[in-house]
Amino acid sequence: MNRYPLWKNILIVVSVVVGLVYTLPNFYGEVPAVQVSPIKATLKADPALMARVEDILKKGKFTPAGIFLDPTSVKARFRDTDTQIKAKDLLQSQLGEDYVIALNLLSNSPDWLTAIGALPMYLGLDLRGGVYFLLQVDMKAALTKKVESFTNDIRGTLRDKRIQYTGVTRDGQTITVRFRDREARDKGVTEIEKAMPDLTLKPVDDAGGSRIVAALKQTAQTQAEKFALEQNITTLRNRVNELGVAEPIIQQQGSDRVVVQLPGVQDTAKAKDILGRTATLEVRMVEAHASDPAARNYDPQKIQQAIDGQVPFGTELYYAQREGAKEPLLLAKQVVITGDRITDAAPGFDSQTQQPIVSVTLDGQGARIFQNVTRDAVKRRMAILLIDRGKPEVLTAPVIQSELGARFQITGFKSTVETRDLALLLRAGALAAPMEIIEERTVGPSLGAENIRIGFHSTWYGFAAISVFMIAYYMLFGVFSIVALVANVLFLVALLSMLQATLTLPGLAGIALTIGMAIDANVLINERIREELRNGNTPQAAIHAGYDRAWNTILDSNLTTLIAGVFLFILGSGPVKGFAVVLCLGILTSQFSSVMVARALSNFHYGRRRRLDRISIGQIWRPTGAKAEG
Amino acid sequence: MEFFRIKRDIPFMRYALIFNVISIITFLIAVISLATRGLNLGVDFTGGTVMEVAYAQAADLNKIREAMAKLGFSEASVQNFGTSRDVLIRLPVKQGLTSAKLSELVMQELRKDDKTVNMRRVEFVGPQVGRELLENGALALLFVSLGIVAYLAFRFEWKFGVATIVANLHDTVIIVGFFSLFQWEFSLPVLAAVLAILGYSVNESVVVFDRVRENFRNRRMRNRTVPQIIDNGITATMSRTIITHACTQMMVCAMLIFGGETLHYFALALTIGIMFGIYSSVLVASPIVMWLGVSREDLVKPEKKPAAETV
Repeated sequence: MNRYPLWKNILIVVSVVVGLVYTLPNFYGEVPAVQVSPIKATLKADPALMARVEDILKKGKFTPAGIFLDPTSVKARFRDTDTQIKAKDLLQSQLGEDYVIALNLLSNSPDWLTAIGALPMYLGLDLRGGVYFLLQVDMKAALTKKVESFTNDIRGTLRDKRIQYTGVTRDGQTITVRFRDREARDKGVTEIEKAMPDLTLKPVDDAGGSRIVAALKQTAQTQAEKFALEQNITTLRNRVNELGVAEPIIQQQGSDRVVVQLPGVQDTAKAKDILGRTATLEVRMVEAHASDPAARNYDPQKIQQAIDGQVPFGTELYYAQREGAKEPLLLAKQVVITGDRITDAAPGFDSQTQQPIVSVTLDGQGARIFQNVTRDAVKRRMAILLIDRGKPEVLTAPVIQSELGARFQITGFKSTVETRDLALLLRAGALAAPMEIIEERTVGPSLGAENIRIGFHSTWYGFAAISVFMIAYYMLFGVFSIVALVANVLFLVALLSMLQATLTLPGLAGIALTIGMAIDANVLINERIREELRNGNTPQAAIHAGYDRAWNTILDSNLTTLIAGVFLFILGSGPVKGFAVVLCLGILTSQFSSVMVARALSNFHYGRRRRLDRISIGQIWRPTGAKAEG
Repeated sequence: MEFFRIKRDIPFMRYALIFNVISIITFLIAVISLATRGLNLGVDFTGGTVMEVAYAQAADLNKIREAMAKLGFSEASVQNFGTSRDVLIRLPVKQGLTSAKLSELVMQELRKDDKTVNMRRVEFVGPQVGRELLENGALALLFVSLGIVAYLAFRFEWKFGVATIVANLHDTVIIVGFFSLFQWEFSLPVLAAVLAILGYSVNESVVVFDRVRENFRNRRMRNRTVPQIIDNGITATMSRTIITHACTQMMVCAMLIFGGETLHYFALALTIGIMFGIYSSVLVASPIVMWLGVSREDLVKPEKKPAAETV
């Protein structure tokens, strides 16, 4: 008698039902949709936004197949990609400034499935197409920048406290402050220490005179690095928002790396262009120019000298690109503010002249600095520099019309295209430290679809071959094994859908491989049953012994594969991690399905019979040749 | 159906030496190839750029090579990938041009010759990341090996653990050796396949050793010698071993046939691993256990004697 207790049967039935439900969304396919999500934290995805989207679409004579609200966005489904794109353009023009309008694909599964959290498997970039970047933040540059800002602060402090010094220079990550005598130096140490607790100060007296050698404290360094990384992530997020990607992932990895994943991006070139821009922004004063006599520091002679090679101390010569012409400018080396002080920049129109403008908002400290500098600089010009990969480019060099504060406007543009571009550059703006792409994986959408097909075909044909063989060789027990195998795939897909683990092409190969490996357990059991029968045991005893004795062996063999899977998961990256996830989950589900499910089936079929003479497990051959069962 | 109609236990252990010599020779060939030819490491490990592009008609590889040379990549490798319309371009790491701009440059250049060209895939790995991936791969191999030894030592006995890991590491070396000998590309998925096979083929030894242990504990087999017991263990599990691997191999064959270029080497590594996995974990590991001097006492727990009284 082989019977399972009721609870085991119930457990199996419940798992199969749950497995079916969670596998279901994978069969419904996807429909085109437009996703509207707020950029700013102050804006929320709420019913009001949903009503607005509905209204805009109605006015544009679009009839979406459905509009949904979720915690972060409003999504509207459409019947075809054509209307989807047209609707996106409409929404972009109406809501574009405050919201990310992105094309997306939504699961077409019924609402009740979505409501219980049953979602299709989360496909990796190699299956759905998209861009993956690993960016390395140049922490040395971040620290240098931090130290550089301290040199200005030290100058300011010493001037305020009226302490005589002969020079402040930065050498790598250290600052050297020179004094005329020891007395002034000692005073300097006290004042700098008070004003800048982040610095360690070392007084030095030797032939080179009295100096202070200052460096960043370890805690301040760590802090600076942390801030730099955080700010870069924020900046990247802003840039990605400009791109309009439905489900971007921007994550910190390790202490100095950032992962960016943009699934489903079609225009990979644009994505790379915007993300790969390792630009920083600087605002500097114009010391001399040769184009506008009305502005201060109009000095064509000085410019000519500079072009000839005589650049005055403390200035640098740059060319501003404008309407195809190059305008030479002499800029102060000293930076007024950097781009990280800019909190917002938006294109617009001047309320009086109706000319296109860019309005810029600064943070508190930026506003203070700006006020101080511009108070004495009315009618002077200031330049905004974009430093891209070490190559500075003057974006614009407007004339300061009045004392500027936290909010100001830049005017003098010819077109709205110009203002939009500049606003985007200012806003997406500055990275705290330069970043470099150290790994990139781009997969075109057509290849993604092909990869799905490849993975699916391999699994399906392999599975069919195994099924044919198992049933031919083990008859009814082969059928039990195959049903167990189907259950295994079902559980695996359901688990992957539930956990929303990323499914990659190696992951799909992993599903195929798990099927190939999981059958091992059933072969082991079936062979054992045959062997027990061969040794003259009754069929019921043979079934019992077959399942019982095989359990430990299966556990052993699964555990060793699990060890491999776990380390692969910990140390693997990207697609290989996807393979490891599938391998580990597949092993866990197979232990359950190939033993429990197969046994439940054989129990159900044979277990109740008191007298069981023969079972359908294929031919049993006996060495004596006396009797064979078929 | 019953494929395996074995009347008597096959005396595998009598030929143990032969099996080991075969295996040592294969192993040496693999090691020599690795030492002299090295591995054809993929872009994942060396760093560099791989681009897959598709044309509407058969691609002119020479023209593409010329275009690459124009961009300063005379050492670029250009070859067909799967079909004559798909082309795989490999570019080495170039100082100052490691960014994403590179692929745009290449596409621009290719579009000049043929407008139908379509970018399918770009993989760029910086040299530093490549080094890390290689290190992590080696580390994963080490940890997996140690984990398996530890598990087997705990589950069986150290002799089994050692024998299994010797057999399986030699499998690993042989798979990698094949990749070196034929200069197949060794990429991240191939490494994953090698590790998966390491875990998988250990199963073989586990199944055989489980049986051997059972035999040692079996009262009816008391009078048999150690080689006889091992022979019986291998013979009894042989049909299972072959059927299981045949099934797994069916799956892997499906990958080889339908998986295209992308899964080709992954499936190839699995195939070699499965073939040598059976061989080594049965016919190499078992003799090692025998030579290490496994005995009945190692596995059958001695009956507990009453503890000595303490004074």
